[in-house]
Amino acid sequence: MSEEETNVSEARSGATFLPAGDAAGQALDEDDLIVRPRGSRLRRARSVLLGAAGLAVVAYLVYAMATSPNVSWGVVASFFHNSKILAGLLVTLELTVLAAVCGGVLGVLLALMRVTRNAVLRTIASVYIWFFRGTPLLVQVIFLYDIALFIPQVGIGPFSASTNTLVTPFVAGLLALSLNNAAYVCEIVRGGIVSVDRGQIDAALALGLTPQRAMNRVVLPQALRVILPAYGNLFIDLVKATSLVSVIGLQELLTTAENIAENNYRVVELLIVACMWYLIVTTLLTLGQQRLERYLGRSTGASVPGRSLRQALGLGFLLRRGHVS
Amino acid sequence: MCPSVGDAVIRGTGTATSANGAPAVEVHRVHKRFGLVEVLCGISLAVQAGETVCIIGPSGSGKSTLLRCINHLETIDRGSIRIDGRLVGYDERAGQLIEARAADVAQRRAEIGMVFQRFNLFPNKTALGNVMTGPVLVAHLSKAEARGVAAAALEQVGMGEFGASFPAQLSGGQQQRVAIARALAMHPRVMLFDEPTSALDPELVGEVLGVMRELARTGMTMLVVTHEMHFAGEVANRVFFIDRGIVVEEGSPERVLHHPENPRTVAFLSALPAAQELA
Ligand SMILES: Nc1ncnc2c1ncn2[C@@H]1O[C@H](COP(=O)(O)OP(=O)(O)OP(=O)(O)O)[C@@H](O)[C@H]1O
Ligand SMILES: [Mg+2]
Repeated sequence: MSEEETNVSEARSGATFLPAGDAAGQALDEDDLIVRPRGSRLRRARSVLLGAAGLAVVAYLVYAMATSPNVSWGVVASFFHNSKILAGLLVTLELTVLAAVCGGVLGVLLALMRVTRNAVLRTIASVYIWFFRGTPLLVQVIFLYDIALFIPQVGIGPFSASTNTLVTPFVAGLLALSLNNAAYVCEIVRGGIVSVDRGQIDAALALGLTPQRAMNRVVLPQALRVILPAYGNLFIDLVKATSLVSVIGLQELLTTAENIAENNYRVVELLIVACMWYLIVTTLLTLGQQRLERYLGRSTGASVPGRSLRQALGLGFLLRRGHVS
Repeated sequence: MCPSVGDAVIRGTGTATSANGAPAVEVHRVHKRFGLVEVLCGISLAVQAGETVCIIGPSGSGKSTLLRCINHLETIDRGSIRIDGRLVGYDERAGQLIEARAADVAQRRAEIGMVFQRFNLFPNKTALGNVMTGPVLVAHLSKAEARGVAAAALEQVGMGEFGASFPAQLSGGQQQRVAIARALAMHPRVMLFDEPTSALDPELVGEVLGVMRELARTGMTMLVVTHEMHFAGEVANRVFFIDRGIVVEEGSPERVLHHPENPRTVAFLSALPAAQELA
């Protein structure tokens, strides 16, 4: 701390002793203290040192990986565009998008259930979230794959089918990811809705908007600013979570990489290939998320979410007797 | 919480009933409880068209609750509330009041303007956007028509130049004036004000009261909950003193503010910081 105190006095005294005057030749008035950024040579030296140390560690790790006798970068390169890997990547992307859509719709419904006054709906939603957030996704995937143990048949009469034939690994994986995702979407959307001041609903209702319109046109557009950043993170998590369905043998990116590795024993190389693809996808998503957030934060207001997005979330009818009375 | 039945309401002379037709606002023996606490205890009052009525009373006496019941932001437990002789929020069926359809409630609310203590402007819309919300979404005017209506309403409150500003860029007084314009743009039959100047810095109170004074002069029917005794004394046709969920005393401002008869009114007024000025 003494170092900083010295800085202060330095800055004060420095002001009076600095060469006076500017281009116009005005004398520096005694009251015109020069403002200088805080910090001293010592501080700058410290931050340079820290930066250098960080760089050294990173350089060593890169060097170690690049020159490791156990990693053949040639193998990594040759499998990067491997058709099986690309097919696995496609399955991963399909799973992600479909699970995001199903989980998103279900999650918004659950969120609206949680803010209604209907105690039964609210409890159902709470128990759902309690279960799907409280148990590992891995277990949910396995359970849903073996759902036939609990529900051997679905449908009625001639239209019934054995659950086992319906629930392929893809269906089971999609179900598990969607149901799990919905629980988190619900909490994010609910958080967004309750973050909007109650007075906003009062004002909208007092103008003569119906509760549903108040939700769709006043509350949700404001809630989106809170929802979207959190949802972006969830979406990125979902990309990686798809890898958990490898336990039921679905040929997505990670499973494909593992299967290839079982044959050629290049485990590390194939895991690196898989990671590179995950990183590419999540990096692209992160960039998209940043653009969206910048768009939403453009002005003091003017969050102009597309009409369709608003309508997709426009399920305020559940709230007619609930949150917005 | 509710006062005993023996408490007589002291009424001033003359203004409670009108010769032609129903009062603009008629609150009849309304009861409202939150949980175990009865906040409105059979409160009754009537406001004639064109009248400005100020409601005063201690904190927690149910003033805000009364206003929120009038446009059905709160349900009521017993009694009835009518605007222009028609029920708000309920349909009468076989001697009972049944909650009305959401769309019908909304339609009635559109006829009642409300101004809140904390403005409640939509932060993601400009001043003009705020004022246009009702005309576009409720009155279903075209954007162009709504813009015209909104611009006129902003002009009326002296905010014509600030249409493009967002609420965060406006002072409290300016925000409250935009909020008044937002309500006026729906051409309401009645305006409800819930302590419209309580959240304002002292130097900003005047501009909002000025707008309200002008509004009263043009014949708007107004119910104003306020602690601004000067405003009440100057602008109100009648003053209601509310305590513990009922009207304890009502009459001309002169009578209620300067010659109160009920001991509770006397106690309330003498405890105000502005008591000396009034006397
Ligand atoms: N939504 C609610 N839930 C529970 N109690 C409430 C609710 N709204 C108001 N109350 C209670 O009802 C009583 C009356 O509140 P109200 O806001 O109507 O008083 P007020 O006269 O407007 O007071 P103030 O001058 O402080 O604004 C208070 O005791 C308050 O705590
Ligand atoms: Mg109040």
